[in-house]
Amino acid sequence: MSATIDQLVNREYQYGFSTDIEAETLPPGLSEETVRFISAKKQEPEWLLEWRLKAYRRWLTMKEPHWPNVTYEPIDYQASSYYSAPKSIKGVGSLDEVDPKLLETYAKLGISLNEQKRMNGVAVDAVFDSVSVGTSFREELAKEGIIFCSFGEAVREHGDLVRQYLGTVIPYSDNFFAALNSAVFSDGSFCYIPKGVKCPMELSTYFRINQATTGQFERTLIVADEGSYVSYLEGCTAPKRDTNQLHAAVVEIIALDSATVKYSTVQNWYAGDENGLGGIYNFVTKRGKAMKNAKISWTQVETGSAITWKYPSVILQGDNSVGEFYSVAVASKMQQADTGTKMIHIGRNTKSNIVSKGISAMKGQNSYRGKVHILPKAEGARNYTQCDSMLVGNECGAHTFPYIEVQNNSAILEHEASTSKIGEDQIFYLKQRGLDAEQAVSMIVSGFCKEVFKELPMEFALEAQQLLGITLEGSVG
Amino acid sequence: MLEIRDLHAAVDGTPILKGISLTVNAGEVHAVMGPNGSGKSTLAQVLAGHPAYEITGGEILYHGENLAEMDAEVRAQQGVFLAFQYPVEIPGVSNAYFLRAAYNAKRKAKGLDEVDPMEFLDLVEEQLKLVDMDPAMLHRSVNAGFSGGEKKRNEILQMAVLTPTLAILDETDSGLDIDALRIVANGVNALKRPDNAAIVVTHYQRLLNYIVPDYVHVLAGGRIVKSGGKELALELEARGYDWLLEAVA
Ligand SMILES: Nc1ncnc2c1ncn2[C@@H]1O[C@H](COP(=O)(O)OP(=O)(O)OP(=O)(O)O)[C@@H](O)[C@H]1O
Ligand SMILES: [Mg+2]
Repeated sequence: MSATIDQLVNREYQYGFSTDIEAETLPPGLSEETVRFISAKKQEPEWLLEWRLKAYRRWLTMKEPHWPNVTYEPIDYQASSYYSAPKSIKGVGSLDEVDPKLLETYAKLGISLNEQKRMNGVAVDAVFDSVSVGTSFREELAKEGIIFCSFGEAVREHGDLVRQYLGTVIPYSDNFFAALNSAVFSDGSFCYIPKGVKCPMELSTYFRINQATTGQFERTLIVADEGSYVSYLEGCTAPKRDTNQLHAAVVEIIALDSATVKYSTVQNWYAGDENGLGGIYNFVTKRGKAMKNAKISWTQVETGSAITWKYPSVILQGDNSVGEFYSVAVASKMQQADTGTKMIHIGRNTKSNIVSKGISAMKGQNSYRGKVHILPKAEGARNYTQCDSMLVGNECGAHTFPYIEVQNNSAILEHEASTSKIGEDQIFYLKQRGLDAEQAVSMIVSGFCKEVFKELPMEFALEAQQLLGITLEGSVG
Repeated sequence: MLEIRDLHAAVDGTPILKGISLTVNAGEVHAVMGPNGSGKSTLAQVLAGHPAYEITGGEILYHGENLAEMDAEVRAQQGVFLAFQYPVEIPGVSNAYFLRAAYNAKRKAKGLDEVDPMEFLDLVEEQLKLVDMDPAMLHRSVNAGFSGGEKKRNEILQMAVLTPTLAILDETDSGLDIDALRIVANGVNALKRPDNAAIVVTHYQRLLNYIVPDYVHVLAGGRIVKSGGKELALELEARGYDWLLEAVA
């Protein structure tokens, strides 16, 4: 993560390598058998298998949504493999016995799983295809009563907690992709912060897709008990391949009374090439429920994926709860992004804040889709939405789809929107001061995204800034 | 230092510069005057390397090298500085960050180490005094929401920080009040050295009371129609351009 812009500039997608590792991979196809196989593989209790099967049966009755502003060839859900795990992973959670090949892979991705070398205080759960490789800093966190482990392990060790909260924010029937995920989810992270505990380090999950035909369906569940605080980071990459791969994740957050959860993502899945060949189809459901005086804040920097369909949302259930969404979404090459948020105001004096920055370059298409819903009892609710688009070049597009539903007259909503074009004059001005084209674009774009970047933890902000420079490289003359 | 020979340039296929020849030696200040639309800014932009302007004939030598072949950022790194007639706004990028990036780009091109933010702030403090600018301006976005005069001062601040070899000032005096005019002129004068030179584009003789030119050139219809010493500016002030244009026509 510390590589300088210079090193990065001449590389297209630096995470495009794949790891040659012996894996147990389920042949392509999806049926009840697949669901049972995954559940058995993970030694899951009966209740979870039942839940998966209900989700699967529900999924069979659902239709893939086509309202997003994206186009793609029909997805053959039978062509994907739904489980793949390196044979060397034993799933014990500790990093002591991890296959060196995997450690090497993560090191190459800039993720050190070695606790001594780890950048200042970030605990990592590393998920490789369908399983967790291991989780760092477990013991240290356990001293505070914090549980941070892979989802599979949580089911085995903390089954009651998982059962209590799983599907309470995003029921398996929520939408097509959430149902699919609920049926076949592989691994992911689980985190529980006890009452009144401020998590002493950033927690993070790093998702890596390696196998060629495997889809990744991870599931993350974060429970912040009363008065607790946690900042959570998520990163993702995948090898460069000519075929499209499916990624349908679910992230559920529960922030109990007066808890604060900050969730930051730098999404850098392989985006496909200039002609739209390859890349990840990223269909993600992320939602949090904020109880009384609680706060949930989503920050995302979406630079990768061929298609992004993602609306991190907050249900403002409790009085005085706060929901935030800060987003930078880049659509370059032939990428299509349809992303935004939903803020559902249920409690009184609930507040939401939305800042969306969409950048479109080359032939990219970027859509902001956001919904603000003020329910009848949400007395004194407030929302502020700012939605800015920037265009680089003439062949790209920016679109906004704001939906507003107000059922309480005391609500105050503000909406601001702008569209700007990176001008030749701006670039020339910076070049005239000695900066090269890439530096110039990256500076202009960083300025444009500043309000979002400042919400990211320091290391992430730098990484995001560099990433934007690289993603947009070559999109200006 | 700079030798322009029979320069022709066009924008969007329209010829604007129609044969300009001009030699600028180290230590000299050249004033370029002329009516609106005569091609003064075009000349400045061509020298700085704006991609919208196409050189259709002639040549430009800078320290004996073909300037036209250099990218705009290379020209800048080698000491060509343009104070824009209309400085551009870069929202969200702090003036301090931008200035330091520019300063470091030049250092890097020379094989020098980059300076860190603290060092840079020390360095820029001096230059701020030179243009009498409030340090708070450093933390605002580049030119965003600056008044016309503040933008011009900011151009001179950049020039002071980057210490160019060839400074081209395109109407830096336009829109300045009397005090600001003096401050900007003093700034320019303070930066004058035997090994650098300036081309000052202006409509007003009064700037030339402060920045005394060695030569004055009058541009009209994309050509230099008259050159002379500093007294030419006074004559223009008194008589306007008509007599020159008539003489050419
Ligand atoms: N894109 C363009 N297409 C056609 N003509 C152009 C274009 N851009 C500039 N011009 C013309 O080029 C001519 C020279 O413009 P320039 O800006 O160099 O004048 P100037 O001498 O700097 O004028 P001023 O004193 O008003 O600043 C003008 O007639 C202008 O209209
Ligand atoms: Mg002009």
